[in-house]
Amino acid sequence: MPVEYRWPEQGKTAVVGHEQDRIDGLAKASGTAKYSYDINTKQMLIARMLGCPHAHCRIKSIDVSPALQVAGVVTAKPMKEAGAEIQWPGEPLAVVAAETEAAASEGAAAVQVEYELLDVYVDDTDRQAAEAAGRTAKGGQSIELEREPGEDEDEAEFEEREIQRLLDEAAKEGVVVEADYGIHAITHMCLEPHGSTCEWLGDKLTAHLSTQNVSGTAGQFAGPLGITADDVTVHCDFIGGGFGSKFSPDAWGVVCAQLARETGRGVKLMLTREQELKIAGARPSGFIHVRVGANKDGVVTVWDSHHWGTGGPDSGSIRPAVVPYVFAPPNRRAVHTVIKTNTGPFRAWRAPDHPQACALSQTAYDDIAWKLKMDSYEVFRRNLHTTRLPDVYAAEMEIAARLIGWKEKYHLHGQGPAEGSVVTGLGMALHTWGGAAHDSTCLLRIHPDGGVETSLGSQDIGTGTRTVIAMVVAETLGLPVNAVKVNIGNSKYPPSGPSGGSTTVGGVAESNRRAAQDALVQIFDLVAKKLNVSAEKLVAAKGRIHVSGKPDQGLSWKEACSLLGMKPLEVRGSYSRRENQPSKLSSETVGGVQMAEVAVDKRTGVVQMRKFVAVQDMGLIINPKTARSQVYGAVIMGIAYALFEERIIDRTTGEFLNCEIADYRLPRLGDIGEIVVELYQPESEYNRGVVGLGEPPVISPGAAISNAVANALGVRVPVLPLTPQRVLEAIKRSNV
Amino acid sequence: MKPFEYAAPRDEAGVLECLSPEPGHVEILAGGTDLLPLLQKMILTPRRVVNIKEVASLRRLSADSQGVVIGAAVTLSDLLEAPELAPCTALRQAIEGIDALQLVSQMTLGGELCRRPQCWYFRNGHGLLADAGRRVVQGDNRYHAILGNSGPAKFVHASRLAPALIALDASVRVIGPEREDEHYLPLADLFRTPRHERERETVLLPNQFLTHVYVPHPEGWLNATYEVKHGRGPAAPLAAASAALLLEGGRVADARVVLGHVAPVPWLSHEAAQELIGHAVSAETAARAGQAAVAAATPLSQNAYKVDLAAVAVERAILKAAGLPTGGL
Repeated sequence: MPVEYRWPEQGKTAVVGHEQDRIDGLAKASGTAKYSYDINTKQMLIARMLGCPHAHCRIKSIDVSPALQVAGVVTAKPMKEAGAEIQWPGEPLAVVAAETEAAASEGAAAVQVEYELLDVYVDDTDRQAAEAAGRTAKGGQSIELEREPGEDEDEAEFEEREIQRLLDEAAKEGVVVEADYGIHAITHMCLEPHGSTCEWLGDKLTAHLSTQNVSGTAGQFAGPLGITADDVTVHCDFIGGGFGSKFSPDAWGVVCAQLARETGRGVKLMLTREQELKIAGARPSGFIHVRVGANKDGVVTVWDSHHWGTGGPDSGSIRPAVVPYVFAPPNRRAVHTVIKTNTGPFRAWRAPDHPQACALSQTAYDDIAWKLKMDSYEVFRRNLHTTRLPDVYAAEMEIAARLIGWKEKYHLHGQGPAEGSVVTGLGMALHTWGGAAHDSTCLLRIHPDGGVETSLGSQDIGTGTRTVIAMVVAETLGLPVNAVKVNIGNSKYPPSGPSGGSTTVGGVAESNRRAAQDALVQIFDLVAKKLNVSAEKLVAAKGRIHVSGKPDQGLSWKEACSLLGMKPLEVRGSYSRRENQPSKLSSETVGGVQMAEVAVDKRTGVVQMRKFVAVQDMGLIINPKTARSQVYGAVIMGIAYALFEERIIDRTTGEFLNCEIADYRLPRLGDIGEIVVELYQPESEYNRGVVGLGEPPVISPGAAISNAVANALGVRVPVLPLTPQRVLEAIKRSNV
Repeated sequence: MKPFEYAAPRDEAGVLECLSPEPGHVEILAGGTDLLPLLQKMILTPRRVVNIKEVASLRRLSADSQGVVIGAAVTLSDLLEAPELAPCTALRQAIEGIDALQLVSQMTLGGELCRRPQCWYFRNGHGLLADAGRRVVQGDNRYHAILGNSGPAKFVHASRLAPALIALDASVRVIGPEREDEHYLPLADLFRTPRHERERETVLLPNQFLTHVYVPHPEGWLNATYEVKHGRGPAAPLAAASAALLLEGGRVADARVVLGHVAPVPWLSHEAAQELIGHAVSAETAARAGQAAVAAATPLSQNAYKVDLAAVAVERAILKAAGLPTGGL
C-alpha cells in the first residue's frame, strides 16, 4: 500500500509545533560553530583584491609586478585586462595572495593601474534627467481596465482617456491622491562578508564557501576551473548572513580556487567590509509618481503610476506586476522605467521587489485615508476585496489592531496630542509571498543500534534549518529531537535547493518527512513480524514502536532497529514540485499584517519606534520558537531600511561614500522598541502544510512605519529611509 | 596595513624621544579605536606607532581643591566612574552619548580629543580637506560643517567630549618638542581649522603631544550636553551642544555654550552666551540663544537642516543644564 504523506492532525503532534531550542544554538553562542570565515587550513595564504576606485572607467594598463615586491606577497594576478570597461566602483581588478592579511592588502594597493575616466551617471531619483541622458530602459508595464476599447479605438488612447475619466470621477465623488514616494538602494550588509577558503587535494577542490546554495555551487566552480562538478566539494556548516546575495561563488571564489591551485596552498579570500558593501549586492531603489482615485468610502477605483529606480549598470528595479502592492484595484496601470547607473549591481534581497513595492504603494493607500479624514484601518479593510487573501488579512488585521491598541490610540493624521514637540502615530501595511517548497532530496539512515541520521545538501542560513529537519524526523519516528543527527552543508550529500525565496523549510520538511515515513513502514514490517501483529496497527511514539493504544505491546526504538540486522536502513526522501504537488505536506502563498507605533520629535526629525506588531500566517508551523525569531529578525531588518539604511553615492564621482560600518547606519537594540509577534495558525492554516516564512515579514515595515510617521505628523515624508533630515525637510515643505 | 615600528615607552620623556618633527611619520596609539581602522585602510601610513598606555603618569586621575587632572590615557569608563567628576554632568552626558560599552571602555580621553574626522571623503582616502574642500562642496555634504566652513576644511570635528570640556573651562598640558618644553593652554585653543593638507585639527607639532587635561571644579556652574542623534549607538550626532551656566539671583551671570559636529573645531558660541547673560533661563531665552548660535551659519548644498538641529541642540542643552524639560524625545 503506498504511503500517504501527511502531517498528524493539529494538536496531535509530539514535536512539530512545540517550542524547540536550536540544536546548534549552543555551538553558535559559544563560538565553537565554524563559519566559513573561521576555516583556516595549514600553510594558508590570505588573498585580497584591488577594487576599482572609479565608478566608470576603462583600464589602460594593469601591472601586478609591484605587488610582488611587497614583503610577504606570494603571488598576484590581474582579474581584468587592459581595455576592459569598468561600470561600478569596487569592481575587482587584481588579486594578491600573501602570507599575512596586512601584506595582502598592502600588495593589492601596490598594483599599478592606469585608468581612462569615463562619464559617471548615478542619479536614480530624476527620471526625466535620466531619459535626457539616455540612461533609461523600458521596464515594462502592467495594465488592467474594466472597460474595453471600442472596435475602432486606438488601445493606447483609450487607456489614457479611460484612466483620466476614472480619475475625474474619483475627484468629483471621492478623492484623488497625486503624490511621489521613494525608497533608496540599500546593500545586503552580511555580517560575514562573501568569500571562501579553497584547498586542493590533487585534482580535487574543497571550497569552504559562505553560501546559501550548497548543492548548486560546485558546478559554478568547476566550469571556469576546467574540471567537472564531481571534483568539487562545497562545504558550509554555518553562514553569517546572505539575504539573497550568496547563491554563487562569484569571480572572487573562482579566483581563490585558482590561486590555491597555482600556489599549492590553501587560500582564504574574504571580501573586506568596504568590498562587501560595494560589490556584493544591493537592493534596487524605487521612486514613483502615483495618481490614485478612491470613492468617498475609501475604496480605490483607479491606480495609475510610473515608477523608476536603479539596480546598477544594467537591469533591475521593481517589477510593475507588484505595483500597487497586494491590492489590485479594478482599474490599474503601472509603468516602469529602469535607470542605468554606475553603481554596484543588484542582487536578490529578501523578498525581491516586495518591500519597495509595498513602500511605494501602501503609502498612497494611507494618504487616501489622510485626505478623506478616515481611519487608515478602515481604508485598508474596505479594499481587502481586491486582495487575494481577504479573509486572512481581515482576521490578521483584527488581531494586530488588538495587540497594538489601534482603537484606543488611533487619531486622524496629524490630529494627535503633542507632548512638547513629540507626536505619536500608528500605521499599517499588508504583504504577501509565495514560499513554495523547493526541490529536495535527503538520505535517511537508521542504524541497527538505533542511531538516526539524515544527510542533505541544504544549508542553515541562520534561521534554524538543522533544528527543523531534526524535528520533522523526530516527529515521524516518535523520537526525541536529540536522537536525530542532521548532516547538511556539504555538496556531496543528496542535492537540496538553494535557500532563497522562503523555500527551505518546506523543501527539507517534504524530503525528510517522506523519507522518515517510508523508513517507518519498513521498520513497522519488521516489528509486526516479530510481534506477530498487523503492521497497520503500529505507531511510533515516545521512543517505542507499539500497537496503537497499547504501549506495552511493542518494542523500544533500539530493539526495533536491532531487527535490521547488520546493515543500516537507508531511505532516500525526494520531493519535486513538478511531481509531488499537490502535497499535503506543503503549499504556498501567505499574507501578513504589520502595524507600527512611532513617536516623532518635530523639532529634530528623530523618529523613535514605540511598538511594532507583526501577525503572520505560514501554514503549518514546525518550530514556533525559530519562526518567531525569524519574524523578529525581519522586523528589525525592516526598521533598518525604514529609518536608517541607505547606500550613499557621491553624485559627481559615483563613489560609494558610506561603505564602512561606522557610516552605514543600522538600528541598535535601543532603536527597535517593543516588537510583538503573533503566529497566525488556525486549523485552516495548519492543514495547508508548510509554507515558507523567510521573506514575508520583512516586506511591510517600510510602509507601516512611513504611515505611522505620516499619521503622527500629518505630513508625509515621502522617501525612505526616514532620516531626521528628510523628516525636517518634509515638515518645512508642508509649512510653506 | 603597512608595516611600522612599534614603541611602548614607559615615561613621558620616552614618548618625546619616539616622536618625529616630520608630519605623518609617527602616530600615537592610546585606545586604538580610531587609529587602527585608519592604519588598516592605509589612510595613515606612519613609520612608527607609539603606544602611550604604558606611561603611568598618563593613566592617572587626581583631584585637588581646584579641579581634576586627567592623564591622556585614562579611559572614558574610568572618567564615568570618577566621583571627582560627578559635578561635570556635561562631560558625563557626552560620554554616555557614545552609547557603546566597548568603545567607552577602550577609548581614552586624549584619543577622543584627537579623534580624526569621520568625514567620508577623508576616510575614503581623499585627504583631510578632500581636494581643498571641493569634493565636499560638490559632493554629499549632509553631515558636514555649517559654521566655520569658509576655508577648505568642511569636515566637522569628531570629538564629542571637547564641547563639554570647553564649556567646563578645561585646559590642557602639552609637552615637547624638547624634553623640558611644557605648555598649558585652554582646551579651546588646542583646536584649529586646518588650511592645507599638512595641517591637522590641533595646534600640536608632530613632536609634541597632549599629556593631561585639567578640569576645574564647576563650583555652581550648571552644565549639560544635548546631542541630536539619528538612532542609538556610537555614530556621531548630527549636531550637539554643551552649556555651562552660572546663575546668580535666578539670572544667568555667566555662560559658556559650545557646539559640536557643526564646524571643523568645537564651536564656542559667544553669541549664544550673550543672549543668556542677564536673563532667567526659560524656553524663550534658550530658544533665542539657539538662534543666536546659528545666526552666522553658512550651510552647504545639502545640510541646511543641520542649522535647525544645532539651534535645537543649544536650546535643549541650556534647558537641560537648568533642569528644565527639553520638550523633545
